[in-house]
Amino acid sequence: MSENLKALAWKLRMDTIDIIMAGGGGHIGGDMSVMEILTDLYFRQLKVAPENPEDPDRDYFILSKGHSMEAYYAVLCERGFLDLEDVKARFSKFDSPYIGHPHNTLPGIEMNSGSLGHGLPVAVGLALAAKRRGKPNRVYVVTGDGELAEGSNWEGFMSGAMFGLDNLCCIIDRNRLQISGSTEDVMALDDLKAKIAAFGWNVISLQDGNDLDELDAAFEQAKTVKDRPTCIIANTVKGKGSPVMENKAGWHHKVPSAEQYQEIMKDLEERKAALA
Amino acid sequence: MKNTIPNRKVICDVLMEHAKEDKDIMVLCSDSRGSASLTPFFESFPEQAVEVGIAEQDLVGIAAGLAKAGMKPYAASPASFITTRSYEQCKVDCAYSDTNVKLIGISGGVSYGALGMSHHSAQDIAAMSAIPNMRVYLPSDRHQTRHLMEALLKDEKCAYIRTGRNPVEDVYTEENCPFEMNHATVLTEGTDAAIIACGEMVRPALDAAALLEEKGIHATVLDMYCVKPLDEAAVIKAAQNAKAVITVEEHSPFGGLGSMVAQVVSANCPKKVVNIALPDAPVVTGTSGEVFEYYGMTGEGIAKKVLEAIG
Repeated sequence: MSENLKALAWKLRMDTIDIIMAGGGGHIGGDMSVMEILTDLYFRQLKVAPENPEDPDRDYFILSKGHSMEAYYAVLCERGFLDLEDVKARFSKFDSPYIGHPHNTLPGIEMNSGSLGHGLPVAVGLALAAKRRGKPNRVYVVTGDGELAEGSNWEGFMSGAMFGLDNLCCIIDRNRLQISGSTEDVMALDDLKAKIAAFGWNVISLQDGNDLDELDAAFEQAKTVKDRPTCIIANTVKGKGSPVMENKAGWHHKVPSAEQYQEIMKDLEERKAALA
Repeated sequence: MKNTIPNRKVICDVLMEHAKEDKDIMVLCSDSRGSASLTPFFESFPEQAVEVGIAEQDLVGIAAGLAKAGMKPYAASPASFITTRSYEQCKVDCAYSDTNVKLIGISGGVSYGALGMSHHSAQDIAAMSAIPNMRVYLPSDRHQTRHLMEALLKDEKCAYIRTGRNPVEDVYTEENCPFEMNHATVLTEGTDAAIIACGEMVRPALDAAALLEEKGIHATVLDMYCVKPLDEAAVIKAAQNAKAVITVEEHSPFGGLGSMVAQVVSANCPKKVVNIALPDAPVVTGTSGEVFEYYGMTGEGIAKKVLEAIG
């Protein structure tokens, strides 16, 4: 299962690149870093079903770092919520439903985002609703790391702990880069684990946030914690998958050239093939 | 007899009446339950009450999450803070994501009097009206507030409701309070002038009409509690028959009721429109009553402006 899922994550990266090429734009670096997080959630963790996207007992997923939409499109297509060919044909085109951030008129997408620092408070509300009703829903929210400079996140960290929301899990895509450079140079976050733990959360820091087994073990551990929410700091690599774009802040938002496209797809194909 | 019940207390009463039966009703406050008259709700329905502390962004975000899960959240916080500190949450998490969040702006306008511009909300109508899918309501008295709350409990769209802090003199009675959702209430009819007011300015607008009547001048008075969606048909009908239109609002002169009425009148039945509002400046220090007096936002002040407008 795990080997297949790892191969799937590389395949989904290729779909993501194709979506970006087709639309002529995309936040490629963060798309690549977040891919295993989305893959594990949508293929091993989330109780969601494309045939019944509004099931009141479903788990909720919020993509707070909404600019990783191309990766999210690839995952939603693979999971059966959307059609990949349709997304590629219309992404970012005039009058298209497929815009560059989550839009909840599309099946499978719960909330609109794009502006940063919105997801965690909304996730607190969703988790609180389940708690007050005594329902089993779990709530997952993925934030970026640069995004954590928004103060609203820390309001959410406070209230999530205050309300004892053990059905809430926040995953930070900790790729350490934002548009202007290193997160530690722009507005330092470390010691991030200590900060969030000090807010009363169970914090799990992953050595490799692009490792599906590490991720899945963390999600399982989160389910065993009572009376407080869990934050998984997934230490990822921005642009993961090809040396062309890995760990380069300039690839935050970028469309590969024809040559770069060939090179990136070759690198991704090799990584996928190595697992077969 | 002078009314001593503020509109905010009526909001709490209506929510408490329904919360017994409807467990999806949730009330959220940002250390504002006392100011919002919602302490009784928190005491009677702790499972349906949420305190988020002094954190308006979290307040509105959490409310949107509750609504997404199918609950009916009412988030109450001073109008100045809920509409500007958490403006983006109102825009993105409520209106854009289409969640059923009712945003209650308490102590609106210059209710906080001498506390200064930080606590005054003279921008809320403009700000909230500019958001697609957001509705804006300013009930004029306690009776209308009850009808409005009853109507809002039945729908599933987001809305902003602004109330003042102090009791306002009744415009209606318990028995006689005509109310149709999203339609202005016609309080008087006359062809000399049309006075269109919202919120706490409706009562002085009605007083102005009475003063004008003594001089033989007949004015239409519209209670435009539904600033958005504006009752355009009522505006056009009132304006068509009048020599001039006078708008009255406890708001900045820009982007509020006056601006919206002027747009409708100029496009449909061009006529002089005079806007009575707070100044584009920090408001003079004083109680809200003193502030209204100073800026001519009283029955006498409005009547004077009407006389000037119709020449």
